[in-house]
Amino acid sequence: MKLNKLLVGLLASVTLVVGSAQAAELSIVSGDTGNGLAFLRSQLDKFEAETGNKVTIVPMPSSTSDQFGQYKLWLAAGNTDIDVYQTDVIWAPQLADQFLDLTEAAKDVAGSHFPSIIESQTVDGKLVAIPAFTDAPALFYRKDLLEKYNKPVPATWDEMAATAQEIMDGERAAGNAEMYGFVFQGNAYEGLTCDALEWVKSNGGGQIVEADGTISINNPQAAAAIDRAASWIGTISPEGNLAYQEEESRGVWQLGNSVFMRNWPYAYALGNSDDSAVKGKFDVAPLPAGDGEGARSAATLGGWNVAVSKYSQDPEEAIKLALFLGSEEVQKERAINQSNLPTIPALYEDADVLAASPFMANWKAIFEQAVPRPSAPTKIKYNEVSSLFWSAVHNTLSGNGTAAENLEGLEADLTDLKGDAW
Amino acid sequence: MATEAMAAPGAVTGGKIKSELMQQRVRAARWFLLPMLIALAVVAGWPLLRSIYFSFTDASLNNIDGAEWVGFSNYLRVQVLDSGAVRYRGLLVDPSWWNAVWNTLRFAVVSVSLEAVLGMLVALVLNAEFKGRGIVRAAILIPWAIPTIVSAKMWSWMLNDQFGILNDLGLRLGLLSQKVAWTATADTAMTAVLIVDIWKTTPFMALLILAGLQMVPKDIYEAAEIDGVHPVKQFFRITLPLVRPALMVAIIFRLLDALRIFDLIYVLTPNSSATKTMSVLARENLFDFDKFAYGSAMSTLLFLIIALLTILYIWLGKVRFDGGDR
Repeated sequence: MKLNKLLVGLLASVTLVVGSAQAAELSIVSGDTGNGLAFLRSQLDKFEAETGNKVTIVPMPSSTSDQFGQYKLWLAAGNTDIDVYQTDVIWAPQLADQFLDLTEAAKDVAGSHFPSIIESQTVDGKLVAIPAFTDAPALFYRKDLLEKYNKPVPATWDEMAATAQEIMDGERAAGNAEMYGFVFQGNAYEGLTCDALEWVKSNGGGQIVEADGTISINNPQAAAAIDRAASWIGTISPEGNLAYQEEESRGVWQLGNSVFMRNWPYAYALGNSDDSAVKGKFDVAPLPAGDGEGARSAATLGGWNVAVSKYSQDPEEAIKLALFLGSEEVQKERAINQSNLPTIPALYEDADVLAASPFMANWKAIFEQAVPRPSAPTKIKYNEVSSLFWSAVHNTLSGNGTAAENLEGLEADLTDLKGDAW
Repeated sequence: MATEAMAAPGAVTGGKIKSELMQQRVRAARWFLLPMLIALAVVAGWPLLRSIYFSFTDASLNNIDGAEWVGFSNYLRVQVLDSGAVRYRGLLVDPSWWNAVWNTLRFAVVSVSLEAVLGMLVALVLNAEFKGRGIVRAAILIPWAIPTIVSAKMWSWMLNDQFGILNDLGLRLGLLSQKVAWTATADTAMTAVLIVDIWKTTPFMALLILAGLQMVPKDIYEAAEIDGVHPVKQFFRITLPLVRPALMVAIIFRLLDALRIFDLIYVLTPNSSATKTMSVLARENLFDFDKFAYGSAMSTLLFLIIALLTILYIWLGKVRFDGGDR
């Protein structure tokens, strides 16, 4: 009797849920930095108003390495609680099996994005995620300080270090004991892989693992580039930089305590916000180049995408949400409010976008020759490759062996890891 | 002791009625133990066996059910190269694993020794009669009551090189000549972890030792006092031997805890080889690297190492858990 009542009750609630299927309850995970979550909420409110669905944000740590571990675990367990994932550009090959194919759903809009980004999110003909924004880092510099010391915007790393040292010494002598020359992402995590790839590539040292799968990292130019970075720690960069991720470096920078910073464009809008000590006092430039053969300015390709879990209980509405977050309308808002680079070429000529973030006019070119991390050739082993690389670099930066020694060890480890093929 | 009586009901002298009563009690005890044993089997035994099983397979997170048996090759395998050279591969010859084992052991030994000494001091103070003892006893437990992940994050801000309060205080008081990046560099990262761990778990140690101290009869001290025994000698000849059982058990709890340290290190320090412990490395392989089987092998070895150390400790320290250690 009781059981029957229970069953009836259950059935009734199931019918109710099915009856109101138009108003789905969705969950999206995001580990965005700065005020990214607040921005996402504002966009989701629009989506809710348009569709009647309810979307909850599940916040995550901002370190992409931390997020990946958690997502991988959830997806392997077939977690139905999360419908939409915000994914890093490097994850597509590793998580492709667990996400829905969006080719069909996105067939009208895919053409409006940069083809290279759509390609990076396509695995075996399956579109794994819709691009939400792309990322190519910048050298943030204090124009007021460069003017004061009559210095040009540095074009090479050595020039950058010399300028940083001089201004830092000058400002410290003038009473600001907290002043540093350069902050970047030096913690042992994915961010260091991005930073170090730029040093190596800009010095003509290749890109760790080349597109054809050859391990190229053990070369003198790469070693010189990493040794150069190691010489910054404790001189122009604080020792604590060895533990900085994006937000810690932005913390130092935004308090006005660094001449230069390597960071992603999101720090542009935040640096110009009202509570920032450097508001209106800084600008951005392409990252400096190294020296030697093949040296050029190099920017690691970043960027975030939106993917739909194949375990979502409401895939149709979840796909709508993914398409909405990648739409031109949201990307434009993003470019204006968050200074995130759009993945839609047309937006780089949009007057509103350029008024809010004038630097973007130059960024299309930088983005077009950005260096991808070797996630495509190393496939499912990318995370381990990246971890081995950042460990070798972090060891060098901490003074634990020279770059040449650590890169030699790295090459041996990578060869082992590669085995017969990636 | 009641447990001994229960274990050997036949040894109890007396009439038939008494031994029947004992048997009844033993039967009842078994039923009461059953739910706990089932719970243990489900939440601890089964996962443990699964981990051990996976360590002998080629399981990956995306393909757990399709795992195939590969024997010991996750632990050790021999590769013969084309040139004829023979080399060994696998967890048992993986330098990063042994580095993590070494980090963990170093951490466990240093932290547990310091905690035992400090815990003893705190317990002696708390054992003395003074006004407001109740409040102090409650207050000292606060670090232990805060979830580790919260205190780790809290300390990571306090230890922060630019905004941290410790650097600020040190500079103002003239103890530091410049800001120290506590968690960033290899030399200080382990020290930072130790400081936080000691801060957090000394109260636990103190509490267990305090419980032991309160069992010590007061009249022994009175007798020693009358005989004019120096307080230091009193401590080493009376207090220490009498609280030894409690101390040994407290140390074993802490040792088990310290050997599986994960959260503090994960939150507090960069993911570098200077501080990576066995648990951190196992997690990284299990989830980040798509080497589920290899990570399972690490978890299995971690389990074996902890079991081995515990057995050694119990054996060498002659620890008895019934309090009969005299």
